[in-house]
Amino acid sequence: MSQGVGVNLQDVWIRFGDFVAVREANVDIEGGSFFSFLGPSGCGKTTILRAVSGFLEPSDGKILIGGNDMAGIGPNKRPTALIFQNLALFPLMKVWENITFSLEVQGVGAADRRKRADELLDMIALAGQGDKLPSELSGGQKQRVAIARALCASPDVLLLDEPLSALDLKLRQHMRTELRQIQQRVGITFIYITHDQGEALTMSDNVAVMRHGIIDQIADGQSIYDDPATPFVASFVGENNVFRGKVKSIENGMAIISTNRTGDLHARVGTSARETMKVGDKAMIFIRPEALSIAETNSASNHRIKALVTNEEFEGQAYNVFLEGGEGKEIKMSLVNQGKIRQSSMGKDMFLEYDPEQSIVLPEGELANE
Amino acid sequence: MKSDNTLMKVFLGLYLVVFFGYLLGPLIIMSITGFNSPGFPRAAPWECLTFEWFDVLANDKRIINGLQNSFMVGAGTVILSVIMGMAGALVLTQVWPKLRATYYTIVIAPILIPGVVLGISTLVFWDRINVMLGFSGESFLHNGILLTILGQSTFIASYCMLVFVARLQRFDVGLTEAALDLGATNVQAFRKILLPFLKPAIGSSAVLAFLASFENYNTTTFTFGKYPTLTIELAQKVRYGINPSISVLAFIIVVLTIVGALSHEIYQRRKQLALANGAPVGAVTGGFQLPKFLRGNPASVVLLLVALGGFSTIWFANVYSPETCKAEVREIKRTLQQQRIEEIRRQKIEREQQKLLQGPDIFGPKNRPGDAPQSPGKGAFGSVFDPQNLDKAGPESNNEPAAKNPGAGAFGSVFDTQNLKKQSESGN
Amino acid sequence: MKRTGFMSEFFERNGLALGLYLLLAVGFWVFILILLPQLSMLDFSFRHHLPPPEMGGPKDVYTLEHYKFLVLGAQGADSSYNAVDLGVFVRTLLAALFVTLLDLALCYPLAYYLGQSNGGGFVRVLVLLLIIPYWVNEILRAFAFRIIFGDSGVINELLISMGMIGSPIDFIRENVALYSGLGYAYILLMIFPIYNVIESLDRNQIEAARDMGAPWWRIHWRVVIPYAKPGISSGCTMVFMLTAGALAAPQILGGPSSLWFTQIIYQWFNQGGNWPRGAAYAIVLLIVCIFIVLSMMRLFKVKMGDIGK
Repeated sequence: MSQGVGVNLQDVWIRFGDFVAVREANVDIEGGSFFSFLGPSGCGKTTILRAVSGFLEPSDGKILIGGNDMAGIGPNKRPTALIFQNLALFPLMKVWENITFSLEVQGVGAADRRKRADELLDMIALAGQGDKLPSELSGGQKQRVAIARALCASPDVLLLDEPLSALDLKLRQHMRTELRQIQQRVGITFIYITHDQGEALTMSDNVAVMRHGIIDQIADGQSIYDDPATPFVASFVGENNVFRGKVKSIENGMAIISTNRTGDLHARVGTSARETMKVGDKAMIFIRPEALSIAETNSASNHRIKALVTNEEFEGQAYNVFLEGGEGKEIKMSLVNQGKIRQSSMGKDMFLEYDPEQSIVLPEGELANE
Repeated sequence: MKSDNTLMKVFLGLYLVVFFGYLLGPLIIMSITGFNSPGFPRAAPWECLTFEWFDVLANDKRIINGLQNSFMVGAGTVILSVIMGMAGALVLTQVWPKLRATYYTIVIAPILIPGVVLGISTLVFWDRINVMLGFSGESFLHNGILLTILGQSTFIASYCMLVFVARLQRFDVGLTEAALDLGATNVQAFRKILLPFLKPAIGSSAVLAFLASFENYNTTTFTFGKYPTLTIELAQKVRYGINPSISVLAFIIVVLTIVGALSHEIYQRRKQLALANGAPVGAVTGGFQLPKFLRGNPASVVLLLVALGGFSTIWFANVYSPETCKAEVREIKRTLQQQRIEEIRRQKIEREQQKLLQGPDIFGPKNRPGDAPQSPGKGAFGSVFDPQNLDKAGPESNNEPAAKNPGAGAFGSVFDTQNLKKQSESGN
Repeated sequence: MKRTGFMSEFFERNGLALGLYLLLAVGFWVFILILLPQLSMLDFSFRHHLPPPEMGGPKDVYTLEHYKFLVLGAQGADSSYNAVDLGVFVRTLLAALFVTLLDLALCYPLAYYLGQSNGGGFVRVLVLLLIIPYWVNEILRAFAFRIIFGDSGVINELLISMGMIGSPIDFIRENVALYSGLGYAYILLMIFPIYNVIESLDRNQIEAARDMGAPWWRIHWRVVIPYAKPGISSGCTMVFMLTAGALAAPQILGGPSSLWFTQIIYQWFNQGGNWPRGAAYAIVLLIVCIFIVLSMMRLFKVKMGDIGK
């Protein structure tokens, strides 16, 4: 796994005039791993990718690929290959010419190129389609041609800029698996850009979550989901119910937060805040909808919440129950569908409970959808 | 409501007829005059179907020479304009944003600057460069072909640029980036990605540039020097006298245009049809299937008819001889003339018999040639009745009317003194 | 962002060969073909008319002589203004304006009809027919009108043979031929910009307006014309400039008494041999035309970028 070529970003800043697109990015990507940048549009993740591929130079800092500083090296000289968001297949070239374009510019003869193209076409299960034009292929086929074209250049690092965003849901899910398999087969480093947390979590070894040019957290998928470093990560990755309040006490990594609406709530302090959080700080508690359940006893406690049911919906694998929360927000609870008929509790008060170990306290900060 | 609709339709139909009558009528009438036998291009009265003006055109050295110059200028202008227009469009896509509006205004301005101004400024500028460099008046900077190419390219490059800008707007910059990312150099990316994408624009801007150059008059008229282009020659012919060979030229251009436009249309239509049916592109550019191609396409039928018409015209021209018809017309005219002369003579005799005093001389010979502009109307008529004149209108003697009797212009040889003398002789 | 930064970035992006091509080609075009000749003509127009040996000599100083001549006429002339040249100038501009409006009135309905129809076979044929005259030489187009309107032209012959008139009408002298020919010469430059814009107008907008009970003229006034404004102004600008600067049609179709301003310029160059004066006249034509177009654009709130679409 670790024989691949690593990528390091050291204190990278990228500015466009007064606008800071990327702020002090420090990322170490292990060779041969699948690494994702996850963030909403405009967070600077594509900018980072373009800097790695060489289409723009960082204003400050260094980018190393395989330990070599890439400053002043153009995109055509870097050991990277980029798969574009819209794939950027050359419309006037046949599929096989597209795939072997990197060989063509090196002056490789047509017969050799054709041979290589056929090998790659085999690999992406498009054998015999080499003489078509890209416009004659389906979306998934184009996708695979783009991958083959990038791989044909034998890059050390493959960069993917939201390549699945144009596909429909089923195909997207299928391509996720396929991409991961290809990555494991060729064993090179993949750097993947997406705003879709599902893609990032399913495929990646590590994920960097970005906001406004800042990298909030770099970790494996489980840590990102279960132990977010900032309120932004907590609210952007997966759904979360937020309760605001002040730290009342901290003990053994567990805190009690006094909230205005729901009283005192008990929760685990996030790893990133364990050293810094003090009594009296403003804080946020994040409880995931699936961590909530209907309380067995209707009594107040520091891991119970009482609220009015405002809406219920059936989503297939789960029932979603919406309850009146604080500050005009609603609380969402997801109950796994176990095939039993549920009684509606619309308009009634309900006691919810959660496991304090599964909820996180973080210092107050910006949320994803604010 | 319904009557309202039909009324609208009638109006629309009328309007379309008027509009396209205005648009095409002059060309049709002009084309017709190329097949009529009188020495001055005219559609009415119709005399004889003739193809002699084709011969006259083919043997007109000035036209042929002008055509050669036009092709030279056209080739130069196409090359220069396409090169500059393409560069102009490419620079527009990456010019410093603050400079963009100014830049666009500058390169689009030549379209709006009157052609005469461009011609004059080109002439003046290169003349002064010539003086500055201390060259003689005969240096290459005074070469009419070069100056015309430079003058025309100034604004034709703007047309070309617009074509490229339109095409570039549909270009995905990602393609160039993809090529660079795959290891291509900038030049390779340009040659292998952008240039093939721009190919249709290069083609259409070259056609546009050639046509614009070919028909340009305003700029060329100041810069042509010793190398008059076809347009300049035409203008001089039109201004200083003319025969229907010009109409024949117009007819040829119209036919070529129709054929060109129709074949382009058919090609587009086939391409669309083929692509719509999901056929591979090879089928579009490949084999020619007549029946299917005719079915999908009214334009192709028209093209076929035009081609058939052309061939039959050529065939007819080889078989048909207008001489009999001309002789007949001449005969009719002679008879008419005779009758008129007889009548005049009779009147004169009557008058002479009535009065011994000499009557006013209607066709007074001496004062006629001078007052041509005042009474042009009679002129063209007058010539009709002169048999001598008809012969003159033949191809041999009328080859270069401009050179022979400048000033007589449209009125042909009406005011030929010879002519009038004859008339008055016979009148007396 | 500094200028030098832009240049190095430019070469980085295009590579040396391509970058040089772009810079040289655009530089040659913009400076050698567009800007310098115009400036040189401007400079030239302020100089005395001198024989070549004296050029650059002591007598070669700047003067307003030629501009004065246009306004005041020859020194010692009886009238205090150059009534002939100024008159021609004003008449040229007015006639160009008239021709522009005529073309607009003729073209708008057709552009609307073509743009809003579904692009069936009939419309395609109409568009093809539209293009044909454009490819025929300008001179020949003007000449066609001479054939039609001449003394022994089609119309006169027809009218005489029908007995409606006894002697031919002098269409040339009455400028009928000139205006028809000028209107004809650039009519396509009016129709295509408007057609292109109207083609992109969503038919639903018109139907929505009709649905709300607007009469046809109000639909045009409130919906179609505002939308088509860039096309209309683009067409009008081009037709006006080209008509005012036309030379061939006035030379061929102009009557003996009606000169076009470009013809005077032409005469100073080719017959009068007074190049500086011709240049001065050309400058006046250029500046006044640009001024008119710019003020029109401001009046109708249209941008330069709309021209040429």
